[in-house]
Amino acid sequence: MRRFQIEVPSDPAFLRMVRTAVDTLCAMGGMEEDGRCMIVLAVDEACSNIIRHSYDGAADKRIICEGRLEEETVSFILRDFGKKVEPSRIQPRDLADLRPGGLGVHFMRKVMDSVEFEDCGAAGTCLTMRKRLPANRGG
Amino acid sequence: MQIETKVMGKATLVQVSGEVDMSNSPEVRDTLLGLAKKKVPAILVDLGGVTYMDSSGIATLVEGLQETLGYGGKFRLASLTPKVKQVFDLARLTDVFEIFSDLASAQEGL
Repeated sequence: MRRFQIEVPSDPAFLRMVRTAVDTLCAMGGMEEDGRCMIVLAVDEACSNIIRHSYDGAADKRIICEGRLEEETVSFILRDFGKKVEPSRIQPRDLADLRPGGLGVHFMRKVMDSVEFEDCGAAGTCLTMRKRLPANRGG
Repeated sequence: MQIETKVMGKATLVQVSGEVDMSNSPEVRDTLLGLAKKKVPAILVDLGGVTYMDSSGIATLVEGLQETLGYGGKFRLASLTPKVKQVFDLARLTDVFEIFSDLASAQEGL
């Protein structure tokens, strides 16, 4: 297994750093650019949601992002220490309802094979997202 | 991310380039809503230079569209890169916006 772990502040200016790490790990797994872009989007949306909802926009809190590349799957685990999120309340919105915002969870669920929110003890939430690697990948 | 505006006949062109995410989409929003507040007849958003867009960028464009249509203006998108088109497809928004392959065709009929 190949893995990385980075910690970034909950400052949107650091989202690019997370995107670069995610893209790099997916490329190591032999994924083509089209597929990588979508996984990068899903992880980026998850981080944005942490900043927006768990930390109410505070830019000085902790986000830990771990990426794991295994034989058949790539997975990303995001840990925050903010407000607890009730997993059953995290639902994508109806796309027919045209309004700004609320698309992040839809993107995450559409792109990844699994999206699981877990209670992480005293504070915060753990989010694990997995994607099966394509069979015809290069690398 | 860079954003530039210029007047082109009846339309106001907004050229966006680089990566649009939560850190800079408020800048795009300010530009679009500023133009809508002035009730410019048409806003053309050229996305040809956009290499990445997240849901906050999409939300900003939805807001711009709604504000512009609200006063009877036109709101058009041009030159979506394949990466940005993928995100629009995911959000099922390709039928909601007027999307043109290039700037010249986006200006037709204004």
